[in-house]
Amino acid sequence: MSPTVVTVYRWELFKLRYQKRTYLGLGAAALVPIIFAAAIHFRHDRHGGDFAFSSYLTRSGLAMPLVILLFGAVWMFPLITALVAGDIFASEDHNGTLKTIFTRSLERWQIFAGKGLAAATYAIVAILINGTVAVVAGSMESGFNSLQSLSGTIVSAPKALELVYVSLLVYLIPIATIVCIGLLLSAVTRNSAAAVVGTLMISLLFQLIGILPGLGGLQPYLLSTQFNAWQGLLRTPIDWSPIVRAAWVCAMYGVPALAAAFLVFLRRDVAGG
Amino acid sequence: MTVDPGTGKGDIPPPVEVRGLVKRYGDLTAVAGVDLTVNVGDVYGYLGPNGAGKTTSLRMMLGLIRPTAGSARLFGRDPMQSVHALDGVAGFVEAPTFYPYLSGRRNLELLAAFDGHGAARRIEQALDTVELSDRARDRVGGYSHGMRQRLGIAAALVRDPKLMLLDEPGTGLDPAGMRDMRQLVRRLADQGITVMLSSHLLAEVEELCNRVAIIQAGKIVYEGEIAALKRSAGATYRLSTTDNERALAVCRAQPGIADVGVEHGRIRFAAGEAVVAELSQALVEAGALIKALTPQTATLEDLFFSLTEGGEGADGHHPGVVPESAAPMGPAR
Repeated sequence: MSPTVVTVYRWELFKLRYQKRTYLGLGAAALVPIIFAAAIHFRHDRHGGDFAFSSYLTRSGLAMPLVILLFGAVWMFPLITALVAGDIFASEDHNGTLKTIFTRSLERWQIFAGKGLAAATYAIVAILINGTVAVVAGSMESGFNSLQSLSGTIVSAPKALELVYVSLLVYLIPIATIVCIGLLLSAVTRNSAAAVVGTLMISLLFQLIGILPGLGGLQPYLLSTQFNAWQGLLRTPIDWSPIVRAAWVCAMYGVPALAAAFLVFLRRDVAGG
Repeated sequence: MTVDPGTGKGDIPPPVEVRGLVKRYGDLTAVAGVDLTVNVGDVYGYLGPNGAGKTTSLRMMLGLIRPTAGSARLFGRDPMQSVHALDGVAGFVEAPTFYPYLSGRRNLELLAAFDGHGAARRIEQALDTVELSDRARDRVGGYSHGMRQRLGIAAALVRDPKLMLLDEPGTGLDPAGMRDMRQLVRRLADQGITVMLSSHLLAEVEELCNRVAIIQAGKIVYEGEIAALKRSAGATYRLSTTDNERALAVCRAQPGIADVGVEHGRIRFAAGEAVVAELSQALVEAGALIKALTPQTATLEDLFFSLTEGGEGADGHHPGVVPESAAPMGPAR
């Protein structure tokens, strides 16, 4: 049987199991909600709820994953995503293994697709782990209770749980763009550290542009703004406009980055290693 | 009849056919128009000094580098068009490389999966062939250089190749490792695998290969059989007589004798066998009786230095190779 994109995808996931950066990112994704829960627990006991968001968090554990999305929007999740997306081609350069895999029976586009899918899978898993741990830790600390929406209405706990996971899915839209930018920098720089840091810097740069005076008009079209699109789900009725805008704005940044990464990877000379 | 390893059809083009291959990096020309042909069954040596363009041209043959001009075809297929041009082809350029955090066996499993077509079934046999079965579960990060070289051969063998391109397979190996590598290449050739082997180790190439290409500054300065190259050098002789002064004069006067000189108290000259017989008679008639007349055979090393440096061989003299006339440049057919 001939190898396919799925062959590359499966082996890329297998290789991720043996790399420290995988556990660094997934560990951070799991640890942050636990730290949040501990912080709420101890601060609440001592001072009766002066921790930022503590009143919101102490009413329902289901608020925890959403608050973490707010906290980690522009830096934490992009960093976790970039740890793998920025490394996935550059590590082949580091190990000198591109020449090894390019001389087997797979076309370069198949290798690119398999690696890209693996990087995206890692980001999805990291965010789902984070959300799930946050739901569990938050519920243990504050209870599995109904949630107050951003419009002030009360949402039942099961419905709130559903909204939490749909919010995580919406949050994956800008994260997919971060994956594309990470892939591009990984293919272009051929250096893992440069690609990881570069991806994070681009994410932070968007946030910086958003707060510069006089550039407020750009705000709806910045990548950083799209990290908050999920908040439309927490309004009554649901406001789909930020989510729709996130889809095309993210595509506007992500598709060219992905196309450029693809062309660089397809046409590059493998002169080292 | 030869059979195409990819299609199974007969009467195939040569395993390697390179025509006018050029690679430029800005103002630097790394490969300046290489032409060579590796035929089925060859153990083909690819020789050249460091920086001559060996590895760059091998990378172009494997589709890793895009040529600036010219073409490299493997069994008639262009590796820049599709990776299927590498069907039936395996090997490595520079040191073979693997994922250091995976075991040797896992690396081979990954590569076999990337090969498909039942390559995974050949892993155990490949590990046995390179004598790595007992270390196959260890991480490659802990392998010695020699073990990685052998794993590189194993990775090539799982593709069940008809052509192997090996770039400096003996580099960095200890004497026992080099001997094992030579034996391995010989076994592969005995199994009918065509081997193209780049090497700095001239004795190794002389021992293993039937044909060679010598590259210098990005250009092929000789391509053909090693035996023909040696013949082209002509025979040189060392002569000792009862009166060397008189013998030297006889040698210089004798038609058909060239490159006459004195070296370590003995006369050195180049000539054909028929001329040497006439010289013997002339020496006797001149009263210089022969004490010793010894033919000297040029080694590949002598010829290599002569072609690439135009200079002196290992024994300190020109072996007398005249590549323009005796060993025509360009592809041998």
